[in-house]
Order: sequence, then C-alpha cells, then structure tokens
Amino acid sequence: MSDQSIAFVRHETLPPSPPPASETGIVKWMRENLFSSVTNSILTLAALYTVYSILSGSMPWILGGIWQAPSLQACREILAGDSAGCFAVLTERWHQLIFGFKYPQEAYWRPTLAFVLLIVAVAPVLFANLPRRMLILTGLYPFIGFWLIWGGTIMAPLMGLVGFIVAYIVFQRLERSSFAMGVLGGLVAAIIVWTLGGYVSDAMSGFLALEQIPSRDMGGFMLNIILGTVCVSLSLPIGILLALGRQSNMPIIKIICVVFIEFIRGVPLITLLFVANVVLAYFLPPGTTFDLILRVIIMITMFSSAYIAEVIRGGLAALPRGQYEAGDSLGLDYAQSMRLIILPQALKISIPGIVNVAVGLFKDTTLVSVISMFDLVGMIRGPILASTEWNGVYWELFGFASLLFFIICYGISQYSQWLERQLATDHR
Amino acid sequence: MTSINDPKPESFQLSQLMNDTRYRSYTFQFIALIVLFFLVGYLYLNLVENLRTAGLDISYEFLGEPAGYDINQRLVEYNSQSSHWRASVVGVLNTLLVAFVGCILATIFGVTAGVLRLSNNWIVAKLMAVYVEIFRNVPVLIWILIINAIFLIALPQPKAFKSRGGNPPEAEMLWDSFAFTGRGIYAPKPVFETGSWVVVAVFILSIIGVFAYRRYAKFALYNHGRDLPRGWPSIAILFVPAILAYFVMGSPIGLEYPQLKGFNFKGGIWARGSFVALTFALAIYTGAFIAENVRAGILAISKGQTEAAAALGIRPGRIMSLVILPQALRVIIPPMISNFLNLTKNSSLAIAVGYMDITGTLGGITLNQTGRAIEAILLLMAFYLAISLGISAIMNVYNNSIKLKER
Amino acid sequence: MKKSVILGALTVAGLAASAAVAGTMDDVKARGKLNCGVTTGLVGFAAPDANGEWQGFDVGVCRAVAAAVLGDPKAVEFVPTTGKTRFTALASGEIDMLARNTTWTFSRDVDLKFEFTGINYYDGQGFMVPKDLGVGSAKDLDGATVCIQTGTTTELNLADFFRSNNISYEPVPIETNAEAQQQYLAGACDVYTTDASGLAATRATFEDPSAHVVLPEIVSKEPLGPLVRHGDNDWGDVVRWSLNALIAAEELGVTSANIAELSAAPTNNPEVNRLLGTEGNLGEMLGLDAEWAKRAIMAGGNYGELFEKNIGENTPIGLARGLNAQWKNGGLIYTPPFR
Repeated sequence: MSDQSIAFVRHETLPPSPPPASETGIVKWMRENLFSSVTNSILTLAALYTVYSILSGSMPWILGGIWQAPSLQACREILAGDSAGCFAVLTERWHQLIFGFKYPQEAYWRPTLAFVLLIVAVAPVLFANLPRRMLILTGLYPFIGFWLIWGGTIMAPLMGLVGFIVAYIVFQRLERSSFAMGVLGGLVAAIIVWTLGGYVSDAMSGFLALEQIPSRDMGGFMLNIILGTVCVSLSLPIGILLALGRQSNMPIIKIICVVFIEFIRGVPLITLLFVANVVLAYFLPPGTTFDLILRVIIMITMFSSAYIAEVIRGGLAALPRGQYEAGDSLGLDYAQSMRLIILPQALKISIPGIVNVAVGLFKDTTLVSVISMFDLVGMIRGPILASTEWNGVYWELFGFASLLFFIICYGISQYSQWLERQLATDHR
Repeated sequence: MTSINDPKPESFQLSQLMNDTRYRSYTFQFIALIVLFFLVGYLYLNLVENLRTAGLDISYEFLGEPAGYDINQRLVEYNSQSSHWRASVVGVLNTLLVAFVGCILATIFGVTAGVLRLSNNWIVAKLMAVYVEIFRNVPVLIWILIINAIFLIALPQPKAFKSRGGNPPEAEMLWDSFAFTGRGIYAPKPVFETGSWVVVAVFILSIIGVFAYRRYAKFALYNHGRDLPRGWPSIAILFVPAILAYFVMGSPIGLEYPQLKGFNFKGGIWARGSFVALTFALAIYTGAFIAENVRAGILAISKGQTEAAAALGIRPGRIMSLVILPQALRVIIPPMISNFLNLTKNSSLAIAVGYMDITGTLGGITLNQTGRAIEAILLLMAFYLAISLGISAIMNVYNNSIKLKER
Repeated sequence: MKKSVILGALTVAGLAASAAVAGTMDDVKARGKLNCGVTTGLVGFAAPDANGEWQGFDVGVCRAVAAAVLGDPKAVEFVPTTGKTRFTALASGEIDMLARNTTWTFSRDVDLKFEFTGINYYDGQGFMVPKDLGVGSAKDLDGATVCIQTGTTTELNLADFFRSNNISYEPVPIETNAEAQQQYLAGACDVYTTDASGLAATRATFEDPSAHVVLPEIVSKEPLGPLVRHGDNDWGDVVRWSLNALIAAEELGVTSANIAELSAAPTNNPEVNRLLGTEGNLGEMLGLDAEWAKRAIMAGGNYGELFEKNIGENTPIGLARGLNAQWKNGGLIYTPPFR
C-alpha cells in the first residue's frame, strides 16, 4: 500500500538542462541579431554577399601583389598575365610620396623628428590628464618645428620666441592700465624685437644651422601635414577673434566679421586656391617674391578661420546668459570677462567641433594638387603617373593615399568622439 | 564739497576715447575702419600698379567674344561659336544639375545608412558604420578620382556591345533598353506623339487626386477615427486612369531606345559617365556625413517617446514616421543644409573627372584662353556666393517653418 | 584733412612699391637663380625623374639660359605651372621665363602682353586611335568621343577642325596627360588628341604601343617656344639668343664634345668664333661675358644633342626630327646669323 501511495519523489534537484540550442550562444545571437525577421534575414544575406564580393574581388589582388620591381613593365612581366597589385611603386617611390621629390634625402630625419615631436606637443592639449608641464614643449614646438623643417640658423626661430616672450611681459605690465594698451604695447615690443632679431640672426647665420630648405621643395604627404597643422593652429586665434567680433555689439566690427565669415564660407576652397595661385600676385607690391606655399597657407588659414569662428560662435551662444551677467556683475570689463569666464568654457565645449573642422581641413589640403603643388595627390597625379616607369599604376597609389588619410583622420575623429563623451554631462 | 570732485560734464579728454566705455567702442570701430580702408586701398593701388606695368586692364568684354571650344553636356543651346558668357551659363547649369541630383542622392544614401546603422541587425549596422567611417575620413578629391576610375573600368565600353566576327557581344543591354557603359548610362526616352497630352493631363490630374485622397484620409482619421488604407489606393489613383487613357488614345507615347551606331549609342536619354561618376562620388561622400546627422538626430529623441507611442498601440513603422521622424527632423535639417552646401561647393572639383561645370568653363578653359584671371575668378566666386547664400536663405525659411512652435 | 593724409600715405606706399621694379636680368643675377616655369610633368619635355631632378627638352632650354646668365646650369628653380597658372606666374614676375611647350599665338603675344623668344619645337595637333577601331583618317571620326587635354590650344583647334569638316564629336576634357591616357586606355574615349609629340610620348608608355595608331592628319600648327614678359627687351634678347646659340651650334657642328677644343683658340670659321666668343664682342652686347654661349651649349649640348637625349629616336618617346631638323636638312629650325 505504501508502495502505491508514495509517489515518486525526487530527492535531489535536477541539474538545469541547457537552454534549447536556439536560445543560446552563437545561434541565439544570430537569431536575434541577424535573422529576427524576414526583412532582416534578407538584409543579412545581402550584406554578407556584399562583403563576400568585395573581399573576393580585392583580396587576391592585394595578397598577390608585387612589392619589388623597377617599373610597371617589369611588374607585368613578373605577373605574367595575372591580375594583382603592383605595389612596387610604393616601395620604389615611397620617399617621393612622403617627402616630395625635392626634399634632400639626407634630411628626411628632420621632418620625421618634427612629426614625432608634433604628436608629443599636441598630446597635452588633447588629453587633460597628462602632466601640465608638457605644455612647455607645446609652446616651444612651433619654433622647433620650423627650425627642423625649414632649417637655417636656430637664431631665427629663437628670436621669434624671444619676441613673443617680450611681448607677453610688456603686455602684463601694461595690462593693468588697459587691456587695449597691453595688446598695443606687446605688439610694438614684439615688432621691435623681431626687427632687431632679424639683424642678429643674419649676423649669426652659421650658428647651430641646419641646411636651409626652401618651402617649394616640400611635397608629398609631408606637405599635407604641414599645411594642415600650420593652417589650423594659425586659424585658431583668428577664429576666436572673428567669433568675438561677430558676437560683439560694435556694429562696424560686427559687419566686417559677418561679411568676412559668410564670404569665405560661401565660396569653395578651390576658388580661394585659384586666388592664391593666379590672382593674389596682382594685389601684392610689384616685385614681391612670395612663394606659393605661403600664399596657399594664407588662403587656407582664412578659409579655416571662418569655419572655426562659426564653431566657436556656437560655443559662445551655448553658454548660459548667466555666465555673461556674472562677469558683468563682478565688475570685470569685456576683455577680462571674456578671458577669465567666457572663453575658457566656450572653447572647452567647442573642441569637438574644432577637431571636426581640423579633420575636414586636413582632407581639403589635397586640393592644392589642382593648383600644381606636389602634395600626396599632386605627386601621384603629376610626376609619378607621368613617369615612363609608373604610367598606368592607379589603384595602388590611390589606395595608399586613402589609407594614409584614413588612418590619421579616423584617429582624430575617434578622439573627438571620445572627447564628446567625456564632455557630455547629461546622463541620458 | 562733493561738487569739487564731480567731473565737469562738458569736459572731454582724449584719454576718454581709450578708457571710457562709452567712447571706447567708437575708437575701436574707427580704428577698424581706418585699417580696413588702408588695406583695401593698398591692395587696390598694387593692383592698378601691377596692371599698368603688365599693360593689362580689367574688362569684361571677353564675355561677349566667341568661346571657340565645345562643351559636351549642354542643357541650353551652345556651340563653339557661342560667347564665353554662354559657355559660363552652360557651366552654371551643369553645376546646378550636379548639385541638385547629388543632394537628392546624398539624402537617400544618408538617410538609408543612418537608419540602417541603428538597425538591430548586427552585420548591417556594422557595414553601415564601415561605410560612414571610410567615406568620411578620406578626402573627397581622392574619392572622385577613385570612383571615376571604378566606373571606367568596371563598366563595358560601347564597343563591347558590338558583335564581332560572329562572336556574341561581350556585353548586352538590359532588357534591350538600358545600356550601362563607361561613357554613361543610356535609357529609353519617351516620345510624345499627337494625343499624348491627354495622357499627360490625366496623369497630372491623378497626382492631384492622390493628394486630395490623402487629405481626405487624414481628415477621416482625425475627425471620425476611421483609418482608411493609404498605400494601395494612392497607387491605384495614380496609375489606373493614366494607363486607361493611354490605351484609349491608342498608345500615343512611344519609347525611343538607345542604339549602338558608329562609335556610341544614339537616341534615348544619356547620363554622361563624368556626370554619373561625379554625382555618385559627391553623393556617397556627402551621404556618409548625412548618415551621421540622421543617426544623431534619431538618437537625440529620447527612448520614452518610442515607448509612449508603443504604449498607445501605434505600429512600429508608424512610430518612426509619426513620432520619431517629425521630432528628429528638427535636429537633422540644419546640419543637412550645410552638407548640401558642401556638396555644391565640392562639385567645383568636377574638372578632376572632366565634367564641365562652371569651374571647368569659366574658371577653366575660358580663363586659359582669354587670360582674364581676375575677372573670371571674381565672377566664379560671385556665382558660388550667390548659390550658397540663396540655399541658406531658402533653407532658413524652411527651418523656421518647422521650428518648435513655442507659446 | 585726415583723408588727404591717408591718400598721401597710400601714394607713398604705391611709389615705394613701384621703385622696386628693376630689369629681369638684374633680378636674376641678384638672386643667383633663374625661375623657370615648366609643366607639372610631361615626359621628354619637363618632368622630375626618380631622383627629383628635372629632365627634358624644355628643361634643357632653361638650363642653357641659366648657364649663359649665371654660369651654372644648375642655378635654376623650376616652377611647375598648369595651363591656368602659367601666364599669371609669368605676368606677375613669379617666374622669369616660361618654357612650357606653349604655343605661340597672336593673342598670347599681343593681347596677353608676352614676348615669344623663338621656337624650340614645331608641333601640330594629331589624333591617336586604337588600331582595332579601323579608322584611317580623322574625317572618319563622326560621332566619336574625343579625350582632350585642357588648358592648351587643343580644344580650340579641335572645335575648329570638326566644325570646318561639319562632323560631330563628343569632347571629354581632361586635366592631366596621365588621366587622359587612363581614360583613353579604358575606352572611355575613342580618340585621344593632343600635340603629336605628346601623342608619341604617350603611346611609347603603353603596354602594347603597336595596338594604337597616330592618324596622318595634323590639324594645327603648334610652334612651341619659350616666352618672357613684354617690355623687358634686354632679358628677351638673352633668352632668344641663348636658344639661337643652341641652334647655331648644331648648324655649325659645335657639340658638347668638341666645344672645349673649338673655344680654346680661334678657328677658321669666323661664325663659330663669334658664337664662342673668341672673336668679336657679342656677349658684351647682350650684357654678358664673352663665353656666355659656350656655357649655354655646354649645359646640355647643342639643339640636336638636347633633342636626341630627351625626345629623339633612341628615347622611349622616339620622335623623328621631321620639321625640327635644321633648315639645311629640310626642317624649319633656323637661326638668324651671329654677327
């Protein structure tokens, strides 16, 4: 009886059975992420097919590439009818692609070192948790970089630096009486020092001198980097001034700034480069020798400062009204409240926008190839594709150029996104 | 006693110009004006001096002279005997065409990629992310050159459509009516014969009818709560009457098919290779930027909105079109405008693929042939400036019209 | 009152600026370098080689002038120019001379205020087609797609040619020779047209040159030569006679091999003596020293040597002398006498 009444009772708990195969691991992941509905499945298959056809088309071409050959004809002979890349052009001409065709080979270490230092100098600006003392290098960098790339005596950049220091000291002295007087005094002091310094550096032209390299000898990817860095850093202060001018309540200054910004933003960069190349010479005093790279730097700086001004204006407008009023109520004058209260905050929130402008500008430096300058793209479209050896190599060169730009621009834009997340204070 | 310390109200000292906030702004503005005046005067005098030594002058008479060169794509009547001015007009229209088509395509690419990037399909989302990053981070000039090369090499040339020596041709036309060649895309062209105006008129009336029906459906939904179907009736209203009219009138609209004659296809509609490549390159490049704007716009709408709509029982597709998109558009539109402007300005790189836009005609061959650099570039800048300001003005009006109406 | 002060200051600035203008020759000598405008890259005429040295026929002319004026054929700064920028570069003084296979035309000479200082290459516009197209004459090209290199007189000649023959065509303007070539090879155009010398140079670099033919028609006259600014006649003379010296040297049998010997002592040929400065004072008349022409010739050889070395039949470009032979050999190359 007891046998009948006692039902089977399990004494120990069953080990949990694994979830059904369709609800676990890769299968579940695929079900949820790839095949959750009919449309999704079709999309997945289409995407897979796209990836497959791109890879199957390009991989053999890339992997089977030839890296050592003196010319395209030789490459074709080695390949014997197979279709594969002829990357030998990159190994053969890499120095032209990177440094241009006239920069002296024995001096390649100089731009390379300048580039490495550039990264070190920019780092403390970009990452706030690095030691603040590194900012000293950032301040010195423009002079070191100039000396390394252009060469000549170290006295010239040194005098430039001294000029800035003197200007700053004079500015601090005079600032107490009036900000404007300080700026004026600093300017005058700097000009005096630079004029005197010009004689000094002429007199000591052999002192710690590197071989002088004229700027028209710069080329290749180095030229893109130089143009990008120089123009962005020059356009920052100009952009700030323009943004302040546009926000100011002095009508004439406001009009000047608005017209300048809207004019520059309304025309394509290429027309400004045409101006630099074709027209600007007519507006300079006769007989001025003003080389092309300098004219281009002026034009690109004007271009990017207009865009940066708009970004900073956005930052200024985004600040709550109370910040401006706080400055006023503390009895600060315009210069003080801008310098101490408004600009630090406005600049901080505009950094991602500025970085985006910088990336766009860096990409736009390739346009100088249209006005017969031999930057990376100009090098490819000009001397390399025109040479008898490498006439007809196309994909390899442009692939290489895209890769270089992609690495740098992607890196910077990732930084900008990271920064945006850092700055985001609203936790949604 | 206090009156001794009071400044005399009428006394004005020079230092007040610098130190008194009431006058200081006048001083600054005056200085700014002087500097500007000096700068402009200096540049102008240099110009006059340089032109005098070179024996040149500024004159726009060259615009009236025969251009002497041919342009392949001309939307208005033009031949090599037309004036430089006419050539510029052709260039202007070509620029506008590329900008217009490019903006539409870029919007399609951008919105598709932006929405798909948020899709819960992992591989599609990743693929779209790759597209956006690759195109955003490589200069547009390189993309134009690469895409042009891809079009050139991937598509067959007209002579591949010819059969040679009994061999079948290497390439065939799609449905005998479309030809995709490296020189462009050829499609059939409708030919309107007598009586065709009836069909056209019916079709236009149908379009009006569709709008009327949609209005009525909206009215029915809001006022009576009846949810009328919208999809299939719209299509029916659009096409059925027109097709009926077409057969009633005895098929008055024929198609002119492109045919291979001599070196090229003749007849039909032809989109030139350079135009296709340039438009596509600009659109896909700008599309990557628009995709990011669209994504940011959609992400800016808080999840609560989606959930609230779902709680009200709205279907997922309608949540997107009725709740999310109208709100997201306010975030998306302003950067989209500047992307359209960028596309228009980037179209000035057309010369890299041999498309004759305004930079290619006025700023290119005309400038080369006449040597009138200053005049040509001034006109060129004025044109782009007018377009940019025009588009911003129109878009600002639109932007204001969709702005949140606040009380 | 203020206004007049400002205007006065502006005038002073303008005057100070204009006072800086001097003769081009003095500028070049003071600078120690000759700024010579060349193309951005056309093999045979001017292109940097793998080591970054500019090479080519036009480059040779620049070097000869630099050697004559400055005594050093290497004292040349080559300024690459495009079709668009070359004239402004010259007019604005950025370059001292332009040797960029530029066609001598009436309007460039008269309206643009330049001075052509001679002709170093007689060219003409031709057409190249793939052989399998089966075209024997340019007049069979009705409806063809034609690739043109822009920024030259080419597009004008082409329009004239097709209009006068009343046939239609589809122009595809391309900026650089390399890209035009790519389009042509990909079949985006049926015909490639540019100067016949350029066609030969381009064809030489093809994978299979024999699959392409240059049509017999030459549709234009393209006398190419160096040019300088209008108005500076002294400098124009220097460039003109430096080029003529190269031509005369070939005519008189003076080569870079025997020039040292010929210039050591006066020879029996008085014209050789005058050219090499062992007799007369031609150099002095130009404002140079007696050995100017000797240096110009030693820079890269005489005209014939330059031709053979850069674009002649033994180079990949493989151009025959043709019109560019000496007048004694039935060509057009002819220099006024040195006396």
